[in-house]
Amino acid sequence: MWTFNELHKTFYDDMAKRWNAANPEKKIQLTVNVYPYDDMHNKLLVALQSGTGAPDLADIELNKFPNFLKGEPQLIPLNDIVEPEISNLVKSRLDIYAKDGQYYGIDFHVGAAVIYYNKEILDKAGVNPDDIVTWADYEAAGKKVLDATGVPMTTLETSDLWTLWPQVAQAPGKDDFQTADGQLNITSPIVSGPLKWQQNLIKSKIAIPTPGGNHHAEEYYGMMNGGGAASVWMPMWYMGRFTDYMPDLKGKIVIKPMPVWNPGEPRSAGMGGTGTAVTKTSKNQDAAKSFLAYAKLSKEGNIEIWKQLGFDPLRSDVWDAPELKEPNKFTDYFGPNIFDILTQVKSEIEGVNINEKTPAISDAFKTSVITRILLDNEDVDKVLSEAANQLK
Amino acid sequence: MESNSPASAANAGGLKRRKLTGILYSQKIAPWFFVLPFVISFALFFIYPVLSAVNMSFQQVLPGQVEYIGLENYEKLWNPTFWKAIVNSSKYTFYTLLILIPLPLVLAVFLNSKAMVLRNFYRSTLFIPALTSVVVAGTVFRLAFGELEGSLMNTIAVSIGFEPQRWLRREGLAMFALVLLACWRWIGVNLLYFMAGLQNIPKELYESADIDGANNWNKFSRITLPLLKPITIYVFTISIYGGYAMFTESYMLWAGNRSPNDIGLTIVGYLYRNGLEQNNLGLGSAVGIVLLLLTFVITIVQLKLFGMFRKEE
Repeated sequence: MWTFNELHKTFYDDMAKRWNAANPEKKIQLTVNVYPYDDMHNKLLVALQSGTGAPDLADIELNKFPNFLKGEPQLIPLNDIVEPEISNLVKSRLDIYAKDGQYYGIDFHVGAAVIYYNKEILDKAGVNPDDIVTWADYEAAGKKVLDATGVPMTTLETSDLWTLWPQVAQAPGKDDFQTADGQLNITSPIVSGPLKWQQNLIKSKIAIPTPGGNHHAEEYYGMMNGGGAASVWMPMWYMGRFTDYMPDLKGKIVIKPMPVWNPGEPRSAGMGGTGTAVTKTSKNQDAAKSFLAYAKLSKEGNIEIWKQLGFDPLRSDVWDAPELKEPNKFTDYFGPNIFDILTQVKSEIEGVNINEKTPAISDAFKTSVITRILLDNEDVDKVLSEAANQLK
Repeated sequence: MESNSPASAANAGGLKRRKLTGILYSQKIAPWFFVLPFVISFALFFIYPVLSAVNMSFQQVLPGQVEYIGLENYEKLWNPTFWKAIVNSSKYTFYTLLILIPLPLVLAVFLNSKAMVLRNFYRSTLFIPALTSVVVAGTVFRLAFGELEGSLMNTIAVSIGFEPQRWLRREGLAMFALVLLACWRWIGVNLLYFMAGLQNIPKELYESADIDGANNWNKFSRITLPLLKPITIYVFTISIYGGYAMFTESYMLWAGNRSPNDIGLTIVGYLYRNGLEQNNLGLGSAVGIVLLLLTFVITIVQLKLFGMFRKEE
C-alpha cells in the first residue's frame, strides 16, 4: 500500500494488527510505504498508465483524485462495500470520489470547515464569538479587534483554496466553482461575492494575506502561534496542525461553526480529503477491499480514525459515541466536547463538485486568480472572466 | 565421432577466442564494439523516449483510451500561461548567462594566480554549494526570502535602508531570488571548468609575453581569453540548456509548482503541471518537444555565432 502521510501509515499498520487478531483465518500482510505527496501521486499515475508496478491499495488526495478517474478508471468500484453502510455515511463525501455511479475511493473524514478563534485576542477586544452569526457580523467584530489590539482578524490564503472554497461551497444549492452538472461557474456571484468580500477585508486591513501564501507554510505557523491573527477558518482536520505546529496557543483556541452569508444558510462545507482506492492491477482485490471496509467504514475503524488521527470520521453514527468524548491530545488542546460543534452542523455540511476539470480550475485560482485579486487588488469580475476564458 | 573428442572442443573454444580477438583487433568493428555500451544506453534512455514523446504529443493519453488527435496538443499550447513560462525561462537563462560566465571566469583567473592567498580555501568554499541538494538549498532560500520582517533578506534590506519586501510574491524580486540561488549553486562548477581550461594554457606564452613587455591586462585579453574560448563555448552551451531546463529550484522556492501569478513558472514547470499534475501526458509531451526544439535552435545559432562550424584554419 502507498500513502503520502506518515500518520496514515501508523493508522493502517494498527488496523492491520487488529484485523489479523479478529480474523485469524484470513490474515493479511500489509506493507505500507510512505512517499512524498507529489512523488506518490505521480508514481501511481504512471504505474497505472503503464499497467505494472502499482500497489494493491493507495491513498489518493482529493485534488488529485479526478486525474485517476480520467479515461477508464484503473481503480475498482467499491460499491459492494459502500452500499451496505451508506445510510450511516456522509454521502456528499462519497460522491466526490465517484464516476458514473461507481464509488472508487473511501475518505477518512468529513473535513467539515469550522472557524478557530483565538479567545485571548477576542477577549481583549470584548468580542464574544457566539455573537458572530453572519460574515457581516464577523467583519464588524474584526474591525473591533483591529482597533482594540492592532491584530488582524484573520489571514486569507493567496496560493491555496482553503479560505475561499468553504465560503463558495457554503452557498445554498449545489453549485460552487462548477455547477452541479459540471459547467464552469466561476463568474457567478457565488464565486465573485466571497472574493469581493475578501478583497474588501484586505483593503480595510481586517485581514492580511497569509504569510507564505497558505495556512500550511512555516511562516504562517510562526506568526499565528505568536498571536498574529485572531482567527482562521479551516476544516476540522486542521486541529492536528494546531497541536503539532502551534503549541503556544494551547487552551486559547475555541472552535465554532463558520459564519454564514445569510442567516439560516449552511454553516459548513466538507473540505479536502484522501480517498483510499484499490487498484485494478492488484492481485488481492478481495482481501484489499475487506480490509479497506474494516479500516475506514466500520464503527471500530471510524472511532480509531478520531483517536489516532483527530479527523471527524465519515460515519455520523459514531459522532456521539462515548469513545469520542475520551480525553486525548485534541481535547487537551481544544477542551472537551469538540464534537458538539459537528453534531450542531451535521445537516449543514455542503458538498463540493469534483470532476476532471477540478485540477485545472484549482491551479488557475492558486497561481493567478487569488493573487491578482487579493495582492494586486485587480477588479474581481475582470479577473474572473479572463480566467474563465482561459479555462474554456 | 571426432566432434565429441576433447581436442576438437578445445579447438572450437580456441576458434571462439580467435573470433573475439578478431573483433577486438579489427579496425572497422572494434570502435563500435567499445562504444556499444554508450550507444545502447543512449538509444534506450534518450532516443526511444524522444521518439515516444514525439508520438505521444499527437495523442490524447489516458488509461485504456489512447487516441490520435492531430495537432490539438500544440494548438492548446498557444496560451498566455505557456508564453509566460517561455518568457520566465528565457529571462532566467539570460541572467544566469550574464553572471555565470564572466564571474567564474574572472574568479578562476584570480584563484589560479600564485599571488592569491588562501586560494585552496576559496576554491573549496565556492564549490561546496554545488554539492548540496537543490531541495535543501531551495527550502533554505525560501525561508531566507520569507516575507515576514524577521526573515534574513528582510533584515538585510531593512539594515541598508529599504522597506521589508514580499520577496517571493513580486515579479522582479522573485527572479532575483531564482538567479541568486542559481549563482550560489553553479559558480563553483563553472569555476572548475575554467580552472581546468587555464591549466591547459602553456606557461611559455605568458613568459614570452613578459619578455615582450606585456602588462597583466594584455596577457588576460590576448592570451587567456582567446585560449579559453573552447571552454567558454562549452560552458555557454550547457548553461543554456541548464537555464531552460530549470525546474527544481522554482519548485522548491514556492514549495510546490505554484507561484503567485506564475512568476516562477518555467517551461518544465508547465510540462510538469500539465503532464503529471493534470494527467495530460499528451500535452506534456508537446511541451517537451517545444522545449527540445527551442534549446536546439538557440544552441545551433549560438554555436554558429561563435564560429564552431567553421573549418579549422
